[in-house]
Amino acid sequence: MAADFRSQIESLRPYLVRYAALQLRDAATAEDAVQEALLAALAGEANFAGRSNLRTWLTGILKHKIVDAIRRQSRERPASDLESENGAEGFDDLFDRRGHWEETPDAWEQPEGALGQKQFLAALEACLRALPERTARVFMMREHLGMDTPEICKELGITPTHCWVLLHRARMALRLCLSDNWFAK
Amino acid sequence: MILSCKETTRLLSQGEDRGLAFGERVALRVHLAICKGCRNMSAQFKFLRLAMKNLARDVDQERSN
Repeated sequence: MAADFRSQIESLRPYLVRYAALQLRDAATAEDAVQEALLAALAGEANFAGRSNLRTWLTGILKHKIVDAIRRQSRERPASDLESENGAEGFDDLFDRRGHWEETPDAWEQPEGALGQKQFLAALEACLRALPERTARVFMMREHLGMDTPEICKELGITPTHCWVLLHRARMALRLCLSDNWFAK
Repeated sequence: MILSCKETTRLLSQGEDRGLAFGERVALRVHLAICKGCRNMSAQFKFLRLAMKNLARDVDQERSN
């Protein structure tokens, strides 16, 4: 039984590594987080007891390990790296002096159709990788890990206002990136 | 409250992360009623959230394949 549980868990490892790597942007750190999660899962097999979907249960454990890794990552980041992201909003040139669009954003054609396409998801991932590190970290905590703003602020030791600025910046950058690299085609 | 497009994008983004105050929602609605660019933007922010959910689901499919 225990061996069976172990092999079931192992079969989910590739999924878990990819899940962690999307957030952590570093293969080795992602592997470590997954390893910690799997060890915790094996130690806590009794708590699983078929209560829920195994993948859901493991992902829940992994989220905690990812947040631990984020905490370590953000401690290790020197302050100078952060300052370049703290200045101007980075998209001032999209607006004129009165805050109106220099160039009005066009509608995207049939965006729903893109969702099922592997190439679109690859383009989205490339746009995510192009975000500055701290901006990406906050955006992924919000949209990938599904954390709410107060949780994110608590983990990163930032104010809600700063959090909203980073999320806004991420969305503006992603929308521009997808407009240029996907929807313009 | 009269919003510029820049302020509108800021509020649209915050609307994805916190409950907006009544006054903010009214100001947004007024602006969106007259501004096509910001309406497009609003749809694109919502699409982004959906796309991020699909990214996680795509992770799923690769596992079972």
